[in-house]
Amino acid sequence: MLRLILRRLLESIPTLLILIAVTFFMMRMAPGGPFDTEKKLAPEIEANLRAAYHLDEPLWQQFGRYLWNLARGDFGPSFQYRDRTVTELIASGFPVSLQLGALAMLIAVVVGVSLGSLAALRQNKPADYGTMAVAMTGISVPNFVVGPLLVLVFAVYLGWLPAGGLGEGSAGAGGWRNLVLPVFTLALTQVAYIARLTRGSMIEVLRSNFIRTARAQGLPTRTILLRHALKPALIPVISYLGPATAGLVTGSVVIETIFGLPGLGRYFVTGALNRDYTLVLGIVVFYGALIILCNFLVDLAYGWLDPRSRE
Amino acid sequence: MRRPGRPGPATPAARLLLPLLLPLLLALTATGCSKPGEEAAIPVPQAVAVGGASGTELAAEQILRAANGAEPETLDPHRATGVTASNILRDLFEGLTTEAADGSIIPGAAESWTVSEDGRVYTFRLRANGRWSNGDPVVAEDFAFGLRRSADPATLSEYSAILYPIENADAVVNGRLPPEKLGVRAIDDRTLEIRLHSPTPYFLGLLNHSSTYAVHRPSLAKFGSKFARAGNLVGNGAFRLNEWKVQSHIQLLRNTYYWDDANTTLTEVWYYPVESAESELNRYRAGEFDLTYTLPNRQIPWLRKNLAKELRIAPYMGSYVYGFNTSQPPFKDNIPLRKALAMALDREVIVTKVGGAGEIAGYSWVPPVTGYTLQTPEWASWTQEQRNAEARRLYAEAGYSAEKPLRFQLLYNTETNHRRLAVAMAAMWRDVLGVETEILSQEWQVFLQTRRTKIDTQLFRFGWIGDYDDPYTFAEILQTTHGMNDMAYSNPRYDELVERASREGDAAARMALLEEAERVMLDDMPVLPIYFYVTKRVIKPWVQGYEDNILDHHHSRFVRILKH
Repeated sequence: MLRLILRRLLESIPTLLILIAVTFFMMRMAPGGPFDTEKKLAPEIEANLRAAYHLDEPLWQQFGRYLWNLARGDFGPSFQYRDRTVTELIASGFPVSLQLGALAMLIAVVVGVSLGSLAALRQNKPADYGTMAVAMTGISVPNFVVGPLLVLVFAVYLGWLPAGGLGEGSAGAGGWRNLVLPVFTLALTQVAYIARLTRGSMIEVLRSNFIRTARAQGLPTRTILLRHALKPALIPVISYLGPATAGLVTGSVVIETIFGLPGLGRYFVTGALNRDYTLVLGIVVFYGALIILCNFLVDLAYGWLDPRSRE
Repeated sequence: MRRPGRPGPATPAARLLLPLLLPLLLALTATGCSKPGEEAAIPVPQAVAVGGASGTELAAEQILRAANGAEPETLDPHRATGVTASNILRDLFEGLTTEAADGSIIPGAAESWTVSEDGRVYTFRLRANGRWSNGDPVVAEDFAFGLRRSADPATLSEYSAILYPIENADAVVNGRLPPEKLGVRAIDDRTLEIRLHSPTPYFLGLLNHSSTYAVHRPSLAKFGSKFARAGNLVGNGAFRLNEWKVQSHIQLLRNTYYWDDANTTLTEVWYYPVESAESELNRYRAGEFDLTYTLPNRQIPWLRKNLAKELRIAPYMGSYVYGFNTSQPPFKDNIPLRKALAMALDREVIVTKVGGAGEIAGYSWVPPVTGYTLQTPEWASWTQEQRNAEARRLYAEAGYSAEKPLRFQLLYNTETNHRRLAVAMAAMWRDVLGVETEILSQEWQVFLQTRRTKIDTQLFRFGWIGDYDDPYTFAEILQTTHGMNDMAYSNPRYDELVERASREGDAAARMALLEEAERVMLDDMPVLPIYFYVTKRVIKPWVQGYEDNILDHHHSRFVRILKH
């Protein structure tokens, strides 16, 4: 086990290095710089700005400096938010994205797996068609349509829930009511994917010999499903879950913009638009590390779900 | 400071989404307003009786919640550059002069001032009861230090050009002289002297710009580059910074040390960064904001119908134009062609059908500014048919015809409203002149870089919002050597007139020079005027004291919340 962890850790270093290098040089190749403004800067000030952010050094030297600082856990200063470091920004944005993404994923797994199993058990029956129709809709209707629609109905017309933000400056700040709509919107697509994945693999498992044996022994459907079929049926779901979770908890740009939430996704996009080199790099590195971690957890889960993969 | 190229929403998500999202939202809202029978089904807030029985009764909770566009990059007054940061800084700091609710200049941290005979030396008398938000007295040296810091190139101020009227400012900003040589001096604790290199009639208006604010020296020394963060920032404005959560909110509390605290009503001001105009309107309608930063253009017809009492559209000191690259073909040395394109645009259609927010059709470069006569060319008074006929004549004179049509590239920065306008313009030119326009858009930072080459462009979007209420903030841009003259326009006569105006002490003579300069320039037509900007927002009926003004500057200390 310890060897596995160590091996994975060592393997992840070159992956991250390649990721950093590609992002670093791609950002620099994009036309336009962080200090391009409509009003032309005085040459002295522009030179000072470039020097302050080490943009006057050769590119390879800047890259080396970035790696050196990163190795010491310093993501550098943000170009866009002048008084803040990238580490601070990630620390303030990540908890919001994490809370949102984790809640959405939890709901998606519970609801998605239940719906998928139900559909598999009632294969080619109305319940199956109904569930899959809903799932198809969930996949095809993008969340930038669902989000504003929900806001219009539940916040603007009915006034039951807040339209955005985390409730700052009003009674009930930070309460669950602010999370309902974004979490629901975010979970919807995932529910649909997970339900379809579960249904597919569940149908396959239900047809396998060991389930037929269990049936022949007269075990009740519930026991068959929960004790024997579910675990193997979840394997494709789990492999989907790794990267999906990493994606969700690092922030959804669309959801955070629609609902005005201070998560990582918005930093990433405004950072890229304003050529905030360090902020974009920092988030990419963070995201990359998180994906590696999630994939590792998925591998551990495989071992638990399927004894054959432990070898 | 301003990026008129990017009013409000700017995330790519928003850019990507809006075109897709809008039809849907419109469909949803339109069903409510187009069929009278269904109107009751959509609960549109009706005019609420505000202010109690007397109409002036105040609410128990004096809190203003304002949506405020993009997240401010910093609240350091000398390094901030954006409109959204300035909005907040006006509450946190006070310049030597400040503005009344209507935008007129009134005494701020200085209670009075005198100007020397030659208009070059200003002597300010500071208030005896001026206090920083920690209780320290505001002294003249705070302002002298602030101005020097702002001009010092080591501060990395991107807006220090605003200080150029001050003696030696140019040399200090460009590193040729040390900051100590700047023409400012604290004579005693309450007397500040500022020397200018030439008389500058709009100088008092510059003094409420954040680049001229004083800073609290002890906290700057203590916290360095972090002095402008919540918990560290000490200001001399009517409010103080209490909390700042990036991308979430900025909360200001009343500064009880402020000299005019007795006349301040609000106890708290909340600024929320919201990049998407759709989102902010939804949150406004859900009651989360008292006022919005801007409005999505396509929602304005609906708002006119349903929220007319809350809709505020007012002139804004900004010009939306296109620039001709006068150094490259086809527009180089081809004034008839430039004029033909300018005349063939039906601006009434543009402002009513394309803009739709009540923009003012523009036929010149300098927008309506106090004391300046709008320089409208003669053809502005013609009918569109007459203009089209003249445009065709000029087009032929320039050497183009149906057989040999003009082909050129139009460049704008990616944004929905700009695209709609570009498409409409190309259609008008095609119909009237037979011009073939290739429309190209670029993302803002790329666009700026392309434009600045002065080589890779032919016709490009250009917009400018004045920094202060004076025509000079527009006139200077078209000078041959100005850093923003991406038109590569050069007319010695124009340069001379603007230069003479900058040295002219007599206000009326100065205006006359600037007006003449614009007439000269309009005759060359290096810019293609389209419209003058307006500010557009919705504001709750219980917000009192928030007056429209052409600079769109607002101070929360004049705002009160009525009972509702």
